[in-house]
Amino acid sequence: MTDVKDKPDGVGFGRVIRKEDARFVRGKGSYIDDIVLPGMLHGAVLRSPYAHAKIISIDTSVAEKHPKVKAVITGALLETLNLAWIPSLSHDVIAVLATDKVRYQGQEVAFVIAEDRYSARDALELIEVDYEVLPAVVDAKRALDPGMVVIRDDIENKKDNYIFDWGSGDEAATEAVFEKADVIVEQDMLYPRVHPAPMETCGAIADMDPISGKLTIYCTTQAPHAHRTLYALVAGLPEHKLRVYSPDIGGGFGNKVGIYPGYVLSVVGSIITKRPVKWVEDRSENLMSTSFARDYHMKGKIASTRDGKILGLRVDVLADHGAFNNTAQPTKFPAGFFHVFSGSYDMEAAYCSVKGVYTNKAPGGVAYACSFRVTEAVYAVERMVDRLALELDMDPADLRMKNLLRPEQFPYTSPTGWEYDSGEYPRALQLAMDIAGYEDLRKEQAEKRANGELMGIGLSFFTETVGAGPKKHMDILGLGMADGCEVRVHPTGKAVVRLSVQTQGQGHETTFAQIVSEVTGIPVADVEVIHGDTDNTPFGLGTYGSRSTPVSGAAAAVASKRIVEKARLIASAMLECSPDDLEWTTGRWQVKGDPSAGKTIAEIALAAHANLELPEGVEGHLDASCVYDPPNLTFPFGAYICVVDVDPGTGKVKVRRFIAVDDCGPRINPMIVEGQVHGGLADGVGMALMESIPFDEDGNCLGGSFMDYLLPTSLECPSWETGETVTPSPHHPLGLKGVGESATVGSPPAVVNAVLDALKPFGVKHADMPLTPAQVWRAMQGRPMRTDLAIQ
Amino acid sequence: MQVPAPFDYRRATSVGDAIALLQDYGPDSRVIAGGHSLLPMMRLRLARPEVLIDINHLTELDYIRVDGSFLKIGAMVRHVTLQTSHLAAEYYPIFAEAEAQIADPLVRNRGTVGGSLCQADPAEDLSAVFSALKANVVIAHRSGTRKVPISEFHTGPYTTILEADEILTEVEVPLRSNTGSAYEKVERRVGDWAIAAVGAMVRIEEGLVSEAGIGLTAVRADHFRAKEAEDSLVGRPPSTEAIAEAASLAATHCDPFADQRGPEDYKRHLVEELTKRALSRAMNRSLPEVH
Ligand SMILES: Cc1cc2nc3c(=O)[nH]c(=O)nc-3n(C[C@H](O)[C@H](O)[C@H](O)COP(=O)(O)OP(=O)(O)OC[C@H]3O[C@@H](n4cnc5c(N)ncnc54)[C@H](O)[C@@H]3O)c2cc1C
Repeated sequence: MTDVKDKPDGVGFGRVIRKEDARFVRGKGSYIDDIVLPGMLHGAVLRSPYAHAKIISIDTSVAEKHPKVKAVITGALLETLNLAWIPSLSHDVIAVLATDKVRYQGQEVAFVIAEDRYSARDALELIEVDYEVLPAVVDAKRALDPGMVVIRDDIENKKDNYIFDWGSGDEAATEAVFEKADVIVEQDMLYPRVHPAPMETCGAIADMDPISGKLTIYCTTQAPHAHRTLYALVAGLPEHKLRVYSPDIGGGFGNKVGIYPGYVLSVVGSIITKRPVKWVEDRSENLMSTSFARDYHMKGKIASTRDGKILGLRVDVLADHGAFNNTAQPTKFPAGFFHVFSGSYDMEAAYCSVKGVYTNKAPGGVAYACSFRVTEAVYAVERMVDRLALELDMDPADLRMKNLLRPEQFPYTSPTGWEYDSGEYPRALQLAMDIAGYEDLRKEQAEKRANGELMGIGLSFFTETVGAGPKKHMDILGLGMADGCEVRVHPTGKAVVRLSVQTQGQGHETTFAQIVSEVTGIPVADVEVIHGDTDNTPFGLGTYGSRSTPVSGAAAAVASKRIVEKARLIASAMLECSPDDLEWTTGRWQVKGDPSAGKTIAEIALAAHANLELPEGVEGHLDASCVYDPPNLTFPFGAYICVVDVDPGTGKVKVRRFIAVDDCGPRINPMIVEGQVHGGLADGVGMALMESIPFDEDGNCLGGSFMDYLLPTSLECPSWETGETVTPSPHHPLGLKGVGESATVGSPPAVVNAVLDALKPFGVKHADMPLTPAQVWRAMQGRPMRTDLAIQ
Repeated sequence: MQVPAPFDYRRATSVGDAIALLQDYGPDSRVIAGGHSLLPMMRLRLARPEVLIDINHLTELDYIRVDGSFLKIGAMVRHVTLQTSHLAAEYYPIFAEAEAQIADPLVRNRGTVGGSLCQADPAEDLSAVFSALKANVVIAHRSGTRKVPISEFHTGPYTTILEADEILTEVEVPLRSNTGSAYEKVERRVGDWAIAAVGAMVRIEEGLVSEAGIGLTAVRADHFRAKEAEDSLVGRPPSTEAIAEAASLAATHCDPFADQRGPEDYKRHLVEELTKRALSRAMNRSLPEVH
């Protein structure tokens, strides 16, 4: 167990027990499905059994006669409200309910509202839909073949399944580097479609008050404010009459960023029935229809000198976006931050291209702890570096050491224009190698290999790219990515902090109280965190892409600093001295040279609310706010080492050890950081070894339940070995960098590199994730499988 | 939340009562034991019985005992009970080995031996175990009981010889001297169904294999059994060659198909590899000094 006792004063950073755990471990959390409103009705969605089919007719008459059914909504009804289609997060549209065609299996076709959820489900079976089945586009690599059926014939003049082309970096310079390189290695690789699979599925309760016209939407959202504004823009609802309330959320991982048809249908349902309408999807609905992640087919090419100096990298991506382009990312970046793919290495030139295509699969993308496609980027470069090491017959650790950016190169401008804020990369890698006992592991591996045993050691070094983002570069649907924060100190010295971001289990109620505490000296226990309710919090874009600490955490730090500065002025009035004569010690302003004369923040707060005559220009009360527009992103990093044993007879992989050294700047609460890292590492093991959502040739989703979509359990996870280095960010007010997604980003390539290292005696160079026993065995036979299609 | 279609519920008070209820309610009624197969199917609406007849309170079917020359296991024995039974393990270590790899502790706490066999899932583990042990199942009906060898119980995926108003009450396994048994399973992840699994039983008398049982699951082996492989072992001294030959026969005579657990060639390979492993462990255990 983590020792949580090293924080006796209860002030500021350090290991303190999570405030939210008191209710979670007692089963007293309040999630969407725990909320019951008077008169509440229940909705259920009828979904398409086909991946691609024309809707000939929908007959809801029998369902409507079900004694407990209140209403049945179809696309035709939504069309009359102009709500059949809504804007996607990527300048496309998505269907709320299909009107013309269904475009993926599981797509929403009709919505039943009934007295209880059983009746709603029963009534779904009474709806008759007549479909004309069309061929499905399943293989992204063939989506642009001539004559392919056109998925998006709703778009005027659309003649193919093409979405976009985008590139970053200097293509000519990169090609020039390849010309002069001694060694060039190419590798095709797939980062398969995976799903965030949060423990709690998505859901909403819409409650339209017919008298006041106020609509409250209780919703599993990671971004309540962004949702409110989008509802206002899309549905023409007045924003002041809209309240989005995000209660406890059972995991998000990006799955709960977007607006799903079910949310919109609950709203329409409440408006129609004049009663609250709850909709909560089931597990299969969540897996089959909500935002997936990845699905990048990547062609990598890396160039180096004979002695292993990396010169350049090129990656060409075919991106499968599913039936609607609904990836969540800043407007300017259709491939998210993928172009940070040159990773942690010093190289002359780099270029990437990304081509997006439509397929008959669920839309979404960029969900799942990926920091806007940094996950794919890190996987690409870390696999390419290992492929290069194999080609050069060099130890992958040596090759990385030789090419890692050096501390003196920071701030470093990457070949595609990113400015990395700070880093001491070789130190982190060395620490990971020391913890692992790298030399000894290699010795052991050599001995095992001599006996025919398969042991693998895999490394990855990642540079994360988080804290989106500077308003001048980044917006989502026109909304700048800045976040507000308000801190108020009550007369008795207790405080409340209101946030625009929304926790999904990360522990914001604790860490944000610690940020305020660190700056103001108010004990953590005395700071209340309010979030998730648009009526009671300032505007901001929400929690995803590891942005809460770098953006909202900065806002909280700045607002807290403003409190301290205001307190100084008030203290000077109280102590009848000049503010310049005061010095700050934790929680107290005192007279320089006379520590006995001072005022604590609590005394100052009381005075600020009392009849003290305040200095010129100082208003009463002790509160402050901040809207933080980050000057740059932050760049956490880490070095990971994975050790695996592979059963040569069955192909089964056992992860024996996993060493993770993370540098996220100073740690607000090391226990929570470790928890985030542990979770991300488990995610990584899952993606590397078992998670995938393939589709058969008819477009049937083969990952639509937890019997098919496998998540790792504790038995697949070793006891994690974590370490840290601390390199503060120069531009964050507290030096913090964010850590939420680091381990998810960094761990998959370490696991894959380890397995492939184990298979080296078989001449295996690459096999795509997930490295299931079958895939490993097939790789050993020289015939690895495609993991995006059904196994043949 | 996935919710089942409407259904009615009756609690049976005895085996006779359960059979009477099955007769009263006809083919749309269904016995429910641990519910770990039936309830998921009902939630997905793949099964929609109109009446559930609950046999969870029939403690008369919850026993593991030695009776004459048989180890007898009641249909309502939970996985966890069989997993931890010293009596069963004393005769056949295959039980504890297989059970430890069936599903997860939550499922094992409720799921039953009878439910597992009656579900007749083509990847079910206990079918391979009982096939290897050449067990018999006891079936109760309106006018008495009948006993059939396990090799005749399953008639195909999800189907058995049970009539709509019959229930399985017991599985009986012959006791054998100088016998070893073992179970080998490969799954994609703990709690997943087998990609392939092999159960083996070998009896060695006077230096020769006198009886062999090889059960296979998840690879469409006829009646969960590798008959040709079993036959090839009988009368031969235990040896690596004999094992290899049997393993190869087992791999040839099953009929696995590709699914997301793996392609056909891999599953066939697994059958061979796991048959080797299970047989050699079973043989080692059959040596008198070990037993
Ligand atoms: C997540 C999960 C993983 C699993 N993994 C595995 C695995 O790896 N290997 C494996 O072998 N199994 C696995 N199972 C299945 C598990 O072992 C089930 O418990 C078992 O298959 C059914 O037993 P039950 O008592 O729950 O039967 P129930 O679900 O109650 O019944 C199943 C069927 O049998 C009938 N039935 C039950 N008892 C009788 C009886 N006495 N007479 C006549 N008919 C009867 C029922 O009417 C029903 O049709 C898994 C199940 C789950 C949920």
